[in-house]
Amino acid sequence: MQSLVTPVITTALYFVVFGSAIGSRMSEVDGVAYGAFIVPGLIMLSILSQSISNGSFGIYMPRFTGTIYELLSAPIAPIEAVLAYVGAAATKSVVLGLVILATSALFVPVHVAHPLWMIAFLLLTATTFSLFGFIIGLWAESFEQLQIIPMLVITPLTFLGGAFYSIDMLPPVWRTISLANPVVYLISGFRWSFYESSDVGVGVSLAMTLAFFFVCLGVVRWMFATGYRLKS
Amino acid sequence: MRPILSISGLSKTYASGLEALKRVDLEITKGEIFALLGPNGAGKTTLISIVCGIVTPTSGTVLADGHDVVRDYRAARATIGLVPQELSTDMFETVWATVSFSRGLFGREPDPAYVEKVLRELSLYDKRDDRIRTLSGGMKRRVLIAKALAHEPTILFLDEPTAGVDVELRRDMWELVRRLRDDGVTIILTTHYIDEAEEMADRIGVINHGSLILVEEKQKLMKKLGKKQLTVHLVEPLAAIPAELADWPLTLAPDGLALDFTFDADDERVGVPLLMRRLSDLGLGFKDLNTRQSSLEDIFVSLVSQRGAEAR
Ligand SMILES: Nc1ncnc2c1ncn2[C@@H]1O[C@H](COP(=O)(O)OP(=O)(O)O)[C@@H](O)[C@H]1O
Ligand SMILES: [Mg+2]
Repeated sequence: MQSLVTPVITTALYFVVFGSAIGSRMSEVDGVAYGAFIVPGLIMLSILSQSISNGSFGIYMPRFTGTIYELLSAPIAPIEAVLAYVGAAATKSVVLGLVILATSALFVPVHVAHPLWMIAFLLLTATTFSLFGFIIGLWAESFEQLQIIPMLVITPLTFLGGAFYSIDMLPPVWRTISLANPVVYLISGFRWSFYESSDVGVGVSLAMTLAFFFVCLGVVRWMFATGYRLKS
Repeated sequence: MRPILSISGLSKTYASGLEALKRVDLEITKGEIFALLGPNGAGKTTLISIVCGIVTPTSGTVLADGHDVVRDYRAARATIGLVPQELSTDMFETVWATVSFSRGLFGREPDPAYVEKVLRELSLYDKRDDRIRTLSGGMKRRVLIAKALAHEPTILFLDEPTAGVDVELRRDMWELVRRLRDDGVTIILTTHYIDEAEEMADRIGVINHGSLILVEEKQKLMKKLGKKQLTVHLVEPLAAIPAELADWPLTLAPDGLALDFTFDADDERVGVPLLMRRLSDLGLGFKDLNTRQSSLEDIFVSLVSQRGAEAR
């Protein structure tokens, strides 16, 4: 319950701060009202951070408390364990994304042009970053390490990833630099499914997200094959 | 009869280079209680962890009920239950939920009647709706046992089950272990207490520095190893052991003030009073006595030197 109330309140606050304070001065981006424009970005931000934290805590806690012994001694294949952990983490963050979407619709006129694509991006992103979180949770040896990657890498990338602006609004140099930020592709593709406006082609967005998904999958495969941090 | 657990040439070298197991061979018979006896760091947990799939062996094979624990891990692990050495449980789950979850994790259909039976046997049924974090240490250990039994394993591992456990739980645990054995469950437990192995086991394996030094039926082993030593502190020093006592296994301390008498723990009632009588017959006064049971350490020393002698 608490895990759903919090994002509703946070989202409402975002709209109060960004929507009314900034939005009143920046009426439209790419022909979309500013308040509505930031909705896909907001959802993506939450999906990214929630998936990573769900995924990483999910596997780190059993390692930390020692209950991992039961999973390791159970008659299940590693892939089944990954599916269970990543599936649970991703499901939670997808539900969260939908709750934020519903909350947003109370404040601003949200329009979803391609619902299927929207869902597809949501699922793919949630799964990919839950998997990424899972990797962090396997790698981390302490709570500090568990937090450091989300804090030092993911948070800056998401805030610079065009959640609250279109990178077309940036000076050319910063635009080019932004294109090296993978989060730009996620948000851009997701926003396209809402408003058909995007910073980069939707195909490129999809390809980048899929590429990251397969990289994470490869890393997890390697981790299980070698018993990395799980079996000595 | 085919052994229920068959370990051959099992070695483990940790990444640190530490050789925790050295070519261990061991066969466990179905339905027996086997105690793996050894001091801290001997490799007991490592051995159990390999069988259960928590540690990867460096070489060697383990068959659980005929299934290779690495290649055929599903079938092998389904037959095994593990109560780990460390108290590690989910904190926020209820007792009922965590035990039911364990059953499912090991591929069994839900069976509330069976879960209830296990909880009742462990005096946990009244606590079934309590969150685990609210339970005492002893209760948590009971939960771990219930989890290990949830999928009706035929082989049960108990890793140092009585370390830090109160008397009541210890008694309940031994009762449960005997009942499980009567139901046909094979039980392998580790301990570093000789008397615990003695009390519970049908057979005992002694492990030290990663080598299984010997495996023996309990009675034979206790005969072999259960030595006691009586030290008699004399009033007057002796130059040599008197001829009248030549047929006794005695040694005299260099200062002539103490006599050591080593005897089998079983012979206690016969040997000691008789010796006392002989001493007073001979007019040998003593001012103090103390007895000492051979410790695990002594046993290892004697076993290792025995083996060294045999090898020569
Ligand atoms: N994961 C590990 N990495 C390196 N060394 C280990 C590891 N686990 C145990 N050891 C070492 O292996 C030896 C055997 O340990 P263990 O099997 O736990 O012994 P026991 O259970 O008999 O006390 C010890 O010296 C221990 O320090
Ligand atoms: Mg141990």
